[in-house]
Amino acid sequence: MSLLATIRPDDWDLALFLHVLAAFVMVGALVTAAAYLFAARRDGSLELTRAGFRSLLIAALPAFIAMRLSAQWLVSEEGLEDAELAWLDVGFITTDAGLLVLVGATVAAGLAVRRAEGVRGVALAAWLVTALIAVYAVVIWTMATKPA
Amino acid sequence: MSQTYVSPGPRSTVPSARSLTLRDAVYDTLLALHLISAAISFVTIVMFSAWAAGAPVTRGGFALSDAAWNLSGAGLLIFGVWLALYVDGYELWDGWILGALVLFAAVSVFGAQARTPVLAQLDAEAATERQVTMWHWLRTLALVGILVLMVWKPGA
Repeated sequence: MSLLATIRPDDWDLALFLHVLAAFVMVGALVTAAAYLFAARRDGSLELTRAGFRSLLIAALPAFIAMRLSAQWLVSEEGLEDAELAWLDVGFITTDAGLLVLVGATVAAGLAVRRAEGVRGVALAAWLVTALIAVYAVVIWTMATKPA
Repeated sequence: MSQTYVSPGPRSTVPSARSLTLRDAVYDTLLALHLISAAISFVTIVMFSAWAAGAPVTRGGFALSDAAWNLSGAGLLIFGVWLALYVDGYELWDGWILGALVLFAAVSVFGAQARTPVLAQLDAEAATERQVTMWHWLRTLALVGILVLMVWKPGA
């Protein structure tokens, strides 16, 4: 299992680099957004809500797109399009479902900024982002260990 | 040009199936912990980037950033060195590993420099944005440099 995971033509390096870098930036952006949104929920601060919203819109979403596109590039380079691999399925299912959650959190935070409505939208966004962070921690473990 | 190489597996002589499984599990666990440590370091990177872009600095955010930086630094160093010792064919004095260790030291110095003015800003609102940005971007560049070395492994 591990030996297979470390056999890699040099041609894949750029796609792997972009995939890992984008995934790391996305995790960092999600944690940053969660920190701002939970602080905004506690303080009722519109400035903190806006910072959380921007962390999602300007950092997390673009990083997600870069991570997902480079993942597809890697799969294509490795010829795994039709492969039935549990770790690959876990990666795609969680990221594709995660996009909906990420968009939902971004919209909730954006509406909270637009309406300056208080803590309800902020709390929803904060908890959605927290759930994403937990899921992506598991995904990173799965991508690294590649269980059969 | 496509050059295929096989990275070495965990240290072994003539493994039994049982010991091979155990070694694989240890290798996988070390690699996963190393990667998760790297991901945590980007919490600090993104937070400082947000501050450099003008986002508000909060004490809670600063404490989280500090904790993430310390935790990730320890994890990267411990699990990275452990992996280098554990895997056949990798040695601590390999060029790409030495390069990563040198960059890691630079990242630590830049990180300390980037942290100081933000803390001062929290205490007295005295720091300039340029100071935060310069040290932070130097640290970010060095960290991305480590990632480049980890992926391409020049000379391995």
